[in-house]
Amino acid sequence: MTPIQQQQFDSGLGLDVVFPTPGQIMRQRMMTHKGFIIGGVMVLMVFMVAVFAPYIARHDPYHQDLSNRMIPPVWSETGTWDHPLGTDNMGRDYLSRLAYGSRISLLIGFSCMAIAAVIGISLGLVAGYFGGIADMIVSFIITVRLALPAVLVAIAVVAIIGGSKHVVIIVLGCLIWDRFAVILRATTQQIRAMDYVQAARAAGCSVIWLMVREIMPNLFNSIVIVATLEIGRAILLEAALSFLGMGIQPPTPSWGLMISEGKDLMLFDPYLVTIPGVALFFLVLGMNLFGDGLRDVTSPEGRS
Amino acid sequence: MLIYTLKRLGLALIVMVTVSLISFMLLRVSGDPAISLAGEGASNEEIEFVREQYGFDRPLIIQYFEWAGRAIHGDFGNSPYLNQPVAQMLRERMGVTMTLGICALSFAMILSIPLGMLAAVRPNTWIDRIALSISVMGQAMPSFWFGLILIIFFGVYLRWLPISGSDTWRHFIMPTIALGYYATPAIMRLVRSGMMEVLASDHIRTARAKGLRWPKILFKHTLRNAIIPVVAVAAVQLGFMLGGSIVIESIFALNGLGNLAWVSISRSDLPVVQAIVLLLSTIYIFLTFMADLCNAFLDPRIRSS
Repeated sequence: MTPIQQQQFDSGLGLDVVFPTPGQIMRQRMMTHKGFIIGGVMVLMVFMVAVFAPYIARHDPYHQDLSNRMIPPVWSETGTWDHPLGTDNMGRDYLSRLAYGSRISLLIGFSCMAIAAVIGISLGLVAGYFGGIADMIVSFIITVRLALPAVLVAIAVVAIIGGSKHVVIIVLGCLIWDRFAVILRATTQQIRAMDYVQAARAAGCSVIWLMVREIMPNLFNSIVIVATLEIGRAILLEAALSFLGMGIQPPTPSWGLMISEGKDLMLFDPYLVTIPGVALFFLVLGMNLFGDGLRDVTSPEGRS
Repeated sequence: MLIYTLKRLGLALIVMVTVSLISFMLLRVSGDPAISLAGEGASNEEIEFVREQYGFDRPLIIQYFEWAGRAIHGDFGNSPYLNQPVAQMLRERMGVTMTLGICALSFAMILSIPLGMLAAVRPNTWIDRIALSISVMGQAMPSFWFGLILIIFFGVYLRWLPISGSDTWRHFIMPTIALGYYATPAIMRLVRSGMMEVLASDHIRTARAKGLRWPKILFKHTLRNAIIPVVAVAAVQLGFMLGGSIVIESIFALNGLGNLAWVSISRSDLPVVQAIVLLLSTIYIFLTFMADLCNAFLDPRIRSS
């Protein structure tokens, strides 16, 4: 952390009054917000695992070795350092699968969020900016989307088309845009009513310019906050889908799939279920803490 | 109030029609039902026969109207897999899922309303922190994993509770916790922020200045105002939980709609899946409709806008 540089401000009274700039206030808030820091570090850790998966994994995550099945993790009596988290019932190294599984979770989380963001932001922006009929139509679309049971529809569609990474990403992305649309609609309505937007309109700016140059920059905070929460939601949904056998297909190492594969043996070897579950919990908790922290840090009143 | 009710009812009906159209199209367009019905390795003639038999060769929109027309009368056709009326299958399974949903919602409310109130009355204390951690963890916990952990701990390690089936009330305890915990964060956050907002308002200051006793202020003057948005969220959450029960029911082998949906999806029993999607959407629309009316009844300002 660099020392906060302060801006000199001459009050005209001969006194040297020092005010921090808005950027400095935000940086200070970030550095003192525990949830934001902890969440950020947690997400960063998973990112590092995903990037350096080949170096963390000492075995091929797909390599089956039936002579080394069900080796327990290193902290139990019969565990070995060769397989720190043990092996599954096909003899695959659990740590390697966990490390490569983080790539799947992050990929799914970010791609679904990106699709959802494009759909949700466009709908929210149009509804909030134009109001009237456009608003009514978008609100109707949101209501319809919420009325559809997301998990059930996702599972059914993935099952019919056939599960693969791409199908899961597209189906989930098309189902979880609702929060983007709801929040962006409300925020756009607020910003649109501000004087500077009216001024830009009066100056003859086009609708596209107003949306992209005047309104969008102020939506950035809301978008990033919703995005982090949606990544967590997409990761959990993918895990649930894969757990039910309608998402990522074996032998790809997905955390939800690992839980599903370990489920039948969990009564004797609970580690098969607890380890990938803790990983999922860790990543989503980090994302949510980060998102909540970001909301506190960027909100004008700075909730603590 | 009457105009408001009619408006809401009209909207609910339009949403209903759209949802039924989407659920029909979505499941029909995503694959050729004749191929999956005819089974693997079926010849072209067999597939063609199935297609004609079920009317899959006619325009989609006509198929939709036929399906919807019969669905209004509660006739969802026969399950091609089990050769049983779908409506009867739904009726048999409905009870378990509704019981689970209502138990889970009650569990969520019993946990979240007192905690949310305590957190609002004593902000930034240990109780507030506990409430906050419960809510943050609840949002990050995969519900199916939480269910499995409950099974390992209470079912296998402590041997307190049965781990699968739906025979007695004891079978419902773990599913209720696993499903209800998921709805707790949203309700608790809303109760906390609502209570804090009302507690800071002028009429509470007046009530305190008048010398009213604290419990009376808390329950009669504050909670009553803060609970209004909770009604809407509770209805929405119940809808979500019924939809999400597919995961929990499959873990605990509860014989409800979710389990039926999962089994039907895995054997491509399309009419059953469509009927369940439609039924769950209808329940959700009905719940939000009732919540809207309830809110309008509690808060006259909503009626006029």
